[in-house]
Amino acid sequence: MTKLTASNLSLAYGRQLIIDNLDFAVPEGRITVLIGANGSGKSTLLRALARLMKPEAGAVLLDGKDIAHTSTKEVARKLAMLPQGPVAPEGITVLQLVKQGRYPYQSWLQQWSEADERAVRAALEATGMTPLAERPVDALSGGQRQRAWIAMTLAQGTATVLLDEPTTYLDLTHQIEILDLLYTLNEREGRTVVMVLHDMNLACRYAHHLVAVKDRGIYAQGAPGDIVNAELIRNVFELDAHIIPDPLYGTPLCIPASQARRAQERQAAVPVHA
Amino acid sequence: MVALLDRPSYKIAVLLLSVAFLAVCMTASVMFGAKAYGLSTLQSAFSAFDGSDAHLIIRTSRVPRAAIAAVVGAALAVAGALMQALTRNPLASPSLFGVNAGAGLALVVAVALFGFPGLGQSVWIAFAGAALSAAAVYALGSGGRAGPAPVNMTLAGAAIAAFASSLTSGVLLGSDKALDQVLFWLVGSVAGRELAMLTAVLPYIAVGFVAAFALASPLNVLAMGEDVAVSLGQRTAAVKLVAAAAVVVLAGGAVAVAGPIGFIGIVIPHIARHLVGRDHHWLLPYCAVLGAILLVAADLGSRFLLMPSEVPVGVLTAIIGVPFFVLIARRGRYAE
Repeated sequence: MTKLTASNLSLAYGRQLIIDNLDFAVPEGRITVLIGANGSGKSTLLRALARLMKPEAGAVLLDGKDIAHTSTKEVARKLAMLPQGPVAPEGITVLQLVKQGRYPYQSWLQQWSEADERAVRAALEATGMTPLAERPVDALSGGQRQRAWIAMTLAQGTATVLLDEPTTYLDLTHQIEILDLLYTLNEREGRTVVMVLHDMNLACRYAHHLVAVKDRGIYAQGAPGDIVNAELIRNVFELDAHIIPDPLYGTPLCIPASQARRAQERQAAVPVHA
Repeated sequence: MVALLDRPSYKIAVLLLSVAFLAVCMTASVMFGAKAYGLSTLQSAFSAFDGSDAHLIIRTSRVPRAAIAAVVGAALAVAGALMQALTRNPLASPSLFGVNAGAGLALVVAVALFGFPGLGQSVWIAFAGAALSAAAVYALGSGGRAGPAPVNMTLAGAAIAAFASSLTSGVLLGSDKALDQVLFWLVGSVAGRELAMLTAVLPYIAVGFVAAFALASPLNVLAMGEDVAVSLGQRTAAVKLVAAAAVVVLAGGAVAVAGPIGFIGIVIPHIARHLVGRDHHWLLPYCAVLGAILLVAADLGSRFLLMPSEVPVGVLTAIIGVPFFVLIARRGRYAE
């Protein structure tokens, strides 16, 4: 197990402060989902946790060591990050892509090993990509392509996997497919998953631990059932919404109010107890 | 696009065939020209040198010419492949991004100020010019809000190339020293160079090749994007710095010997990618061999194009390169 924490973390783009003096510990062996409005800094926070962004102040600690002062290869053996919308080089096959996940284990002395081979095969198997291993990544559908990238991060063999909006550009079926895959990985292998999601309802369904980012810090965090209510949605997203239990799983389901129908029609259809 | 040669055994076979073809081209380059010599003359020039005109021409003119063409062609092609990987830009190459022009300008300025520099010095002057223009292109191309976007880099490269060429012309007009010699060198040619010029740059170019080939795995990882590369534990800044240094040494060394020869650095990497795909373990060796073949063959062709006078090989590579360039520009992107 690895322990990933942020300590007095401040992040900025130029002069604009995005995250201010944040303390945060990623729950081990759980699925953590970061939510927040566009520009709230949730992706920035995730990038900083993955050392893709240098802190303005404070530090990200991996097993107690500042990741900025740890060999980046060593970090890559404990922590994998799948950035948003990655683009594979033209013509590269799924197998070639997944093999790159073993890069942190290669060196001049240590070339391709039995352990590398096993990790790649396991990653292909876990993501259901074994039958597509020889196919070029650019010939795959969006969902398959994302699974190939996830396979690459799994091949990295890290206890913690970070993903920045892994379901962007996917249709609903493939969103569920990807999230189910991550859920299973967490269940079966106990990997810690931290991701940014835009869909509030899917976030509530899949997260053990939900983190709402707002005003350069964490507005609330905890189990979705404990923290998600109309007030949170109003304060984090500036949106009026009604929260009901998901009829399938009982997790919070967010029904946003909008201008789409006249108020009377809405009232007539469902009595609202706001 | 899927690579034409999709199995390792094919890739090795075609690479070996290419090496053999390069040997044939180089032999032909030594045999044919204003005067043609048979294989036996060629052999006796080395085994039983008698000081005859034929032997002298072979040993002091034809052989250096073939060797220089091969090394310069290989260096420019590998430099182009490195630049395209570094910038993720299909149009990146030593000539289009002003690296060759920068090295050329530095040498012309040195000639105008101090007269012809010695061999050892001219190499370092070329390196300095190449490094300066590469740094200028990178700074200009990545300075904007969008970061080092392909379009910005290409524009910056074109601007620096044009700027360096104009300055070069200006310096030449204002200076009366050895204009003819400099002009001939500036078009790019492998003729009339001594073997000593090659041996002066060869150690540096060799280091450039070794660095390039050692970067094959890191470049494959970098090709997936900066964020992915960092996530996989790559020190991307170090990789880019070494690759850039290799480009400067390869392109600068090539210019120091042969002048700024264009289009090899852009044409060859595209052909090589079409043949073997994007794995740099294959791509870079293919670029080296195919680049050597192209320049040796173009140099041979340049002797016959306007017989009996010779066309500088830089003109010929441009004639071959321009249509190719248009094709690449129309086809588009590097990564997608």
